[in-house]
Amino acid sequence: MIHSLFLINHSGDIFLEKHWKSVISRSVCDYFFEAREKAVDPENVPPVLQTPHHYLISIYRGKLFFLSVIQTEVAPLFVIEFLHRVADTIQDYFGECSEGIIKDNIVTVYELLEEMLDNGFPLATESNVLKEMIRPPTILRSVVNTLTGSSNVGDTLPTGQLSNVPWRRAGVKYTNNEAYFDVIEEIDAILDKSGTTVFAEIQGVIEACVRLTGMPDLTLSFMNPRLLDDVSFHPCVRFKRWESERVLSFIPPDGNFTLMNYHVSSQNLVAIPVYVKQSISFFETGPCGRLDITIGPKQTMGKTVENMMVTIHMPKAVLNANLTATQGTYTYDLTTKVLVWDIGKLNPQKLPNLRGSLSTQVGVPKPEDNPSLNIDLKIQQLAISGLKVSRLDMYGEKYKPFKGVKYLTKAGKFQVKMLCTAHFSTNWRSEYI
Amino acid sequence: MSCATSDLEVQEEEEEEGGGGDHEERAHLEEGGGGGGSFQTQPLRHDDLKEMLDSNKDSLKLEAMKRIVAMIARGKNASDLFPAVVKNVACKNIEVKKLVYVYLVRYAEEQQDLALLSISTFQRGLKDPNQLIRASALRVLSSIRVTIIVPIMMLAIKEAASDMSPYVRKTAAHAIPKLYSLDPEQKDQLIEVIEKLLADKTTLVAGSVVMAFEEVCPERIDLIHKNYRKLCNLLIDVEEWGQVVIINMLTRYARTQFLNPNINESLLEEGSGGDKTFYGSDEDEDEDEEEKEKNAEAPAMAKRKPYVMDPDHRLLLRNTKPLLQSRNAAVVMAVAQLYFHLAPKAEVGVIAKALVRLLRSHSEVQYVVLQNVATMTIKRRGMFEPYLKSFYIRSTDPTQIKVLKLEVLTNLANETNISTILREFQTYIKSMDKDFVAATIQAIGRCATNIGEVRDTCLNGLVQLLSNRDELVVAESVVVIKKLLQMQPEKHSDIIKHMAKLTDNIQVPMARASILWLIGEYCEHVPKIAPDVLRKMAKSFTNEEDIVKLQIINLAAKLYLTNSKQTKLLTQYVLNLAKYDQNYDIRDRARFIRQLIVPTEKSGALSKYAKKLFLALKPAPVLESPFKDRDHFQLGSLSHLLNAKAGGYQELPDWPEAAPDPSVRNVEVKDSVPEWTKCSSREKRKEKKVEKPFYSDSEGESGPTESADSESDSASGSESGSGSEESGSGSESVESEEGSESEEEEEDEEEKNKKKKKKELKKPVQESESEQSSEEEERKPERKSKQRKSDSESESDEEESESESSQSESEDSESEAEIKKKKKAAESKPPTKPVKKENKKEKKEMSLLDLDDFEPAPSPQVTPVNTFLSNSLVTDLEGLSLSDTVLSPATIAPSSALKNYELLHRITGEGLSVEYCFSRQPFSPDANMVAVQMQFTNNATSDTKNLHMEDVKLQSGMRVKEFPEIELLPAGETAAAVMGIDFCDSTQAANFQLCTHTKKFFVSIQPPVGELMRPIFLTENEFKKEQGQLMGMNEITEKLTLDAKCRNEHAIVQRVTTAANLSRVPCGSDKECRFAGRTVTSSSLVLVTVATKEEGAAQLTVNCEKMLIGTMLVKDILLALTQ
Repeated sequence: MIHSLFLINHSGDIFLEKHWKSVISRSVCDYFFEAREKAVDPENVPPVLQTPHHYLISIYRGKLFFLSVIQTEVAPLFVIEFLHRVADTIQDYFGECSEGIIKDNIVTVYELLEEMLDNGFPLATESNVLKEMIRPPTILRSVVNTLTGSSNVGDTLPTGQLSNVPWRRAGVKYTNNEAYFDVIEEIDAILDKSGTTVFAEIQGVIEACVRLTGMPDLTLSFMNPRLLDDVSFHPCVRFKRWESERVLSFIPPDGNFTLMNYHVSSQNLVAIPVYVKQSISFFETGPCGRLDITIGPKQTMGKTVENMMVTIHMPKAVLNANLTATQGTYTYDLTTKVLVWDIGKLNPQKLPNLRGSLSTQVGVPKPEDNPSLNIDLKIQQLAISGLKVSRLDMYGEKYKPFKGVKYLTKAGKFQVKMLCTAHFSTNWRSEYI
Repeated sequence: MSCATSDLEVQEEEEEEGGGGDHEERAHLEEGGGGGGSFQTQPLRHDDLKEMLDSNKDSLKLEAMKRIVAMIARGKNASDLFPAVVKNVACKNIEVKKLVYVYLVRYAEEQQDLALLSISTFQRGLKDPNQLIRASALRVLSSIRVTIIVPIMMLAIKEAASDMSPYVRKTAAHAIPKLYSLDPEQKDQLIEVIEKLLADKTTLVAGSVVMAFEEVCPERIDLIHKNYRKLCNLLIDVEEWGQVVIINMLTRYARTQFLNPNINESLLEEGSGGDKTFYGSDEDEDEDEEEKEKNAEAPAMAKRKPYVMDPDHRLLLRNTKPLLQSRNAAVVMAVAQLYFHLAPKAEVGVIAKALVRLLRSHSEVQYVVLQNVATMTIKRRGMFEPYLKSFYIRSTDPTQIKVLKLEVLTNLANETNISTILREFQTYIKSMDKDFVAATIQAIGRCATNIGEVRDTCLNGLVQLLSNRDELVVAESVVVIKKLLQMQPEKHSDIIKHMAKLTDNIQVPMARASILWLIGEYCEHVPKIAPDVLRKMAKSFTNEEDIVKLQIINLAAKLYLTNSKQTKLLTQYVLNLAKYDQNYDIRDRARFIRQLIVPTEKSGALSKYAKKLFLALKPAPVLESPFKDRDHFQLGSLSHLLNAKAGGYQELPDWPEAAPDPSVRNVEVKDSVPEWTKCSSREKRKEKKVEKPFYSDSEGESGPTESADSESDSASGSESGSGSEESGSGSESVESEEGSESEEEEEDEEEKNKKKKKKELKKPVQESESEQSSEEEERKPERKSKQRKSDSESESDEEESESESSQSESEDSESEAEIKKKKKAAESKPPTKPVKKENKKEKKEMSLLDLDDFEPAPSPQVTPVNTFLSNSLVTDLEGLSLSDTVLSPATIAPSSALKNYELLHRITGEGLSVEYCFSRQPFSPDANMVAVQMQFTNNATSDTKNLHMEDVKLQSGMRVKEFPEIELLPAGETAAAVMGIDFCDSTQAANFQLCTHTKKFFVSIQPPVGELMRPIFLTENEFKKEQGQLMGMNEITEKLTLDAKCRNEHAIVQRVTTAANLSRVPCGSDKECRFAGRTVTSSSLVLVTVATKEEGAAQLTVNCEKMLIGTMLVKDILLALTQ
């Protein structure tokens, strides 16, 4: 299926290649570079390209392109999903997935790739299994390794592959047994110019960190599972149990993993935690415009909004911004035309405000496209949908584990369309609408 | 060209990197002590590595190998090191060995002769007792692409395919396509191996072997038949990548084997047979039978035969559905395409939500999903309409995603939502991304053509856009307007007029050119304005851009032909100007047109046709989705994405006209199985089977060996069980046959499994143990017995079980019971009741055990859940790796077989005999009643009519819901009925008269106390809490000595649940078994604890509010556990 893989950095250098079948020359990447040049942003490179003899399927992660070469029909999502899994594994092993990290650990990465695919077909992709075969580096071990000259390859043969629970390694032992769950919710919303919600939904994820001895069987139940509209699970979760009882029953993998993703039913009204009053205008005459933004808390359930940040992609014509912020700092990147206002904690008594003038290019007609405002925020100890974990039970092992649940609400793709009072030449408007 | 440049780049990089590498090497050499090497020059720079590889120290070898692998990873050539590396293939150090393997796989193809040196090492590895070494040896051996070793590979694969370790078998499956690509000649032999591996029952192998099947012999669909049901049932536990491959393959398979579930749609439209439409509900099978008969009588009606879904088709749909919840986008997509291609129209909707969820994933995933959604929305728009807003575009989306979302939105647009969509589009037009704006304008155009109501609104909106500053926007708008106007130009002369006016303002050349074309084309609709426009244009001709000039000439020519009176001079003026233009294109055009339109002697024949040439009716462009008709490619495939057939793409076949024989999927054993007596009527039944597929199969294959989802199967089992109950109320003889047949069928299969397993186990090394995780080892003693019973897992051989102690004895006798049941199932066919009963008694004595537990109800249709089956199912599930304490009540409850009581003996009943049992099913008309399943058998020679009950005598508070009257019970037949009795939580008997059309019999039903309750599910903590509240008077404790055969957990559970209708409560300790239930009438809690101690000593505790019930229950359970 997957014939070869090339890792390509931001500037177009191939810094790692792996072939699972016979070797394919790197010149095949030229087709990709061509497409890369055509697309302005790296995000805009089509994920699937056709060349005379091969198909190229690529993903863009952490400023790197993972480019796979395919020769015959295969489900494109299969490849894309696998490439992301490779990136996830690298991240899991080394903490981040960047060119530097991969170059530093090139042998380990190469070995990982060798284990993950056999003849182009995925073999072992579960991190628990891989870690049995190729040990991840730790600071201590890398020191030891340089002294003794041993590598990260496992001395003992893996057993995980053969256990009945393919995602959990066998023989796990901890002195402190703990299971922590983070319920993280993101609000995706589009607010229109007047502040009414065009579209809003909540996407949640439960990240788990489970360090439990032996083969625990956990059951996680919710106070209000009916909130969950659509869910997707880690393979360890038993589907039927969820269908019939709305509880998550699973034997967890060891370590960190994503237990489930969910979507909160759209019937429920989504609480929008902040409101934005904003206006941006450009004067018909003169090289300037005005910007005025105020942000205040709306439905925060009594919690404080933190890490507030506002990002605006300005029209190209805006040369510079001369603004004053009552709270936080702002930066305007002249090349990318991105205005970032970092507010920090939102104080309900004194609403943060950003206002001032924008200088536009002289002679160029004033911009007529509306910029939009992207908001970033965090609310600790709150799941905005109201989802609550009621209990966690453990079966199969006798010890008492430490259990914990943390809630966090974040802004996902939270967008406010800006009110841009630019004037069109509206001579014909009255006639036709 | 591009190739050359890249080579250059590579070279440059090579030099650069080479320098760096040298540094590294030097640094290391100083450290490593081989100082001399640092003075080596470029060509010999690998000498130091060779030296290190030759050394005795593993650490040096390892270091060298690491550097070599790093070179390979960077794409550097390290082939000259081959001889030095290959020597280390037998190295003891596992780390070095692994890296050598990596090197070999990469370079063996280039250095075939040297690579052969390593082969013997792998051959030795293939015989290693450690399964992982065997697997890795096979992996590397098959990855070395050297043609000369093909026979060796073939041999190795064949051997590994029958290895007892599933992991090795998986590797064998992986090796098959490798060998096939190396030497396609081996196909036939490889197909044999594939066939063998397809029969494998482990989830580990399933995905890999189907992948091999797809690469080697996708056309051999016949290999799948026998494994179809198994694959469906295993699917949920296969790893995610295997799931994708299997689902895609099964989609194609289903398209060849089943009928189009939407076939009725067209019939419905014809207005015929509307009342007969039902989609594939399994219960309707026998109706279908009748239907078929009817159709045979009236062949003319054959075409209108209602569609009934093949149960196997349903099985596939049912078993793939939960996978929509997978975290893996590829799996979700695979299921989605399966539903799109295979499911009845009414059911396809379920995939929409899952696909919309994927839109939250990485942008690459979104890209692929949106492409597929776009195709789906054309065929089934309604499915995605509720999710319209999920396709709204964000300014941060990459352009390609935006364009695709736009496509979907356009496809979804209809009369009701168009206004919202257009409002959304209006905001998009102001986006900064101009490609996207252009796409939006096109989308508006398409909405306008598709939905007549908004055409004018759209046109007006587009007209406004003509004043946009952006050339692209204007050009696109003009183009779209042009297309819209072409559809009905006469209605829109005012817009054409408006556009004519725009020529004063609009400066964008492309837009001006488009407007001029439009005016020229429709000059007849604007007869007054057109010449005026030409006049203005003629005036500014010299200042116009080239494309505009060309269109001015065009306009002039067209006007000259239609309205030469007004425009003759203007045209000539324009043509003259053009004649001396700087651009040769324009000069050429002017000359050509002049010759054509102005008749001269020289111009000849062509000028006659000038009008036809210029004023030909141009067809209106069709604005349709680029995704139209893309669904002839299998969705989710690469070919679909590219809209072109990719290499190796397997066409999705069309539905067959008539379904091929469904019996090919039945799994049967040819030769008789020694353990049980052959029954004479067996052949006969097999013939019948061909006619009619059985459908309770979903239960048959259940209990996948490595199931993580232990509940899943039992749940589905009970589901279909209840289904058959419904149909069972019709109680025809066909039905009862059906039940017994399927039962037998399953046994057949299980027997087969057993045999196969045994064969495997004849291999010398007993590796089956090591397959289980060490955790499991702890629980082995208790588990062993379970495993043995569970047929799909039974890894025990006979010797072992004989040598085992009491446990295995009981196990043996249980299996004996099973055998007996099989016999019974076989014999039950011609119901010669008396003989059968005697048989039973004999057997009872022989088996030395209270077989009551295992006796199924005399007629299969009485017990909705096939008792034998569920029994083995539960044991199966308990034998799984997961903690068996979490089993839900649904899985435990049916495990205890139902005990039958006699209501009326056939002698006293003068030929009519009646048996009853407590079915433990909730009695649906009244939840407070206990369901009593009655079984009437007419042993007399004459028919019995009007069977009903009368004169019910009850204690106060008790109530009875009578069974429906049985009008006719022909001689020799049996019938079943259900009645409900509210015993008021007492063991008082319910007395009544059983009446036929001639006689009356006094009978009474007295329940054992254990039947007065229903199981409930409690967690361990809840149990403890409840128990704490039922202390003192409400608690009864008894000490007891457990029966010798009942000293394991499983037996205890078995016996307690048989004695009382309770469910198991999960419990952390294996020394305690807990059960919970509530009384049926008053819902009082009943909690039972059995704590086992040394040497069979045990303590039984019953906590119950109703002390009487508690006391009686203690007695009953004591009896059950000590006997």
